[in-house]
Amino acid sequence: MSKILLIMLAAILTENFIFSKFYGICPFLGVSDKPSTALGMGMSVTFVMTLSSAATYLVYHYILTPLGLEYLKTVAFILVIAALVQFIEMFLKKYVSSLYSALGIYLPLITTNCAVLGAALTNIQEGYTFVQSVVFGFSAAIGFTLAILIFAGVRERMKYCDPPKAFKGFPLVLLAAALLAMAFSGFSGFSV
Amino acid sequence: MKKNSYAAIFKNGIVENNPTLVQLIGMCPTLAVTTSVINALGMGAAVIVVLTFSNLFISLLRKIIPEQVRIAAYIVVISGFVTAVELLLKAFLPSISASLGLFIPLIVVNCIILARAEAFASKNSPLASVCDGLAMGAGFTIALTVIGFIRELLGTGKVFAGSDGTGGIALLGPSYPPAIVFVLPTGAFLTLSFIIAAVQWFRNSSDGKKEKIRVEAIKAQTSSDSPEAGENGTDEASAPASGDECETEAVK
Repeated sequence: MSKILLIMLAAILTENFIFSKFYGICPFLGVSDKPSTALGMGMSVTFVMTLSSAATYLVYHYILTPLGLEYLKTVAFILVIAALVQFIEMFLKKYVSSLYSALGIYLPLITTNCAVLGAALTNIQEGYTFVQSVVFGFSAAIGFTLAILIFAGVRERMKYCDPPKAFKGFPLVLLAAALLAMAFSGFSGFSV
Repeated sequence: MKKNSYAAIFKNGIVENNPTLVQLIGMCPTLAVTTSVINALGMGAAVIVVLTFSNLFISLLRKIIPEQVRIAAYIVVISGFVTAVELLLKAFLPSISASLGLFIPLIVVNCIILARAEAFASKNSPLASVCDGLAMGAGFTIALTVIGFIRELLGTGKVFAGSDGTGGIALLGPSYPPAIVFVLPTGAFLTLSFIIAAVQWFRNSSDGKKEKIRVEAIKAQTSSDSPEAGENGTDEASAPASGDECETEAVK
C-alpha cells in the first residue's frame, strides 16, 4: 500500500511528467490557451492513459512475453494505444454523447501524445504490477492535468502583457514554463 | 528534379523551416535530452536515421497505402525503424542508449517524423524524400546541439563531456562555478526561450528593412505624429514601435 502511495506522489509532484520528465510537451504548449480547453485535454489524457496503462500491461505480459517478442513492445504499444483511442472515441460517441462533446476534439490528438506511450514504457521498465501500472498511469495523468491547468491560468494572465517584440508568442510561453518548472523542482529539491 | 531544387530542400529543412526553431515541433526530446552536447548529437543522429528511412519507405509506398489508413500505416513504418535504431544503439552505444532512455522509443511519437511523412514523403519522389529527411534531421540536430552546448557549458562549465560526466573541455576555466539550474528542467525552457527569441529577432530585423519602407510610406500618407514607427525590428525593446506597427497594420 505504501508503495502505491509513493508511486502516486512521485508521479504527480516530484516526477511530474511535464516539468521533470518532459513527456507531453506538445499538448502542454499547444492547448493551454484557456483553462477550459486545458481541462478538456487533461481529462482526455487521464481517461486514455489509465486505460492504456492497463491494456499495454496485459498485452506485454500475456501476448508479447509468451511469444518472446518483448523487443517489439514499441510497435505493439503504439498500435494498442491508437486502437484504444479509436475505440474510446466510437464508444463515447454512441453511448456517452455528453462526454464525447466535451472530449471529442482532443481524443485524436492523444495517439501522438508521448506522455501516453511514455507511461506505458515506464511501467514495463520499472517492473510495476498490474495495479501499480494502472495507478501510475492515472497519477501521471493527474500530474499532467495539474501542470497544464496551472499553466493555462498563467497564460490567461499573460495575454495582456506587452513583451519585447522578439519575445512575443512562443518565447514568452517558454519563459513562463521555465518559472513554473522552477516551482515544481522545489518538490524534489535541487539535488542532481 | 533539377539540382537546385535539392539545394532548396536542404535550405528549407535547415534554415527556413527548421523544425525546432521555426516550426516549433518535436519539443519533448528538444527539452529533455539537451543536457549535454553528446546526448544532443546522439538524439539527432537517431532522428536523422529514422526520418530518412521512414521518408524513403513511405515515399516508395505512397501509391499503395490507402488514403483512409495512411496515418496508421505511417506509424507502423516509423515504429519499425525506431525499434531497429533502439536495438542498434543498445548493442553498439550502450552509454548513449542509457542516457537517452525512453526518448529513443518515443521517437515514434515525435511530431517531426509524422509531419514530414504526411506533408512531404507522401507527395514526393523517393530521392527528394530522402533529401528532405536528411535536411530536416540535420536542422533538428543543429538546433539540439546549439541548445545542448549552451546548457552544458553554463550548467557544468564543460562541453563534450561523456554521459557519465567525465572528460570534456573546461571552456570556462576551472574556477567557473557551475550554474546547475541550466541542466535542470528550468534551464531547458529558459535556454529554448532565449534561442527562439533570438531567431525571431533576426527574422524581424531582416523583414524590418522592407517593413520600414512600407511603414514610412504609410506614415507619410496618414502624417501621424509617431516618430518611432520607422524603427521597428531594429531594437529588441521597442514596445512603442511595435504598438505603432499594429496600428499601421490595422490601417492597411
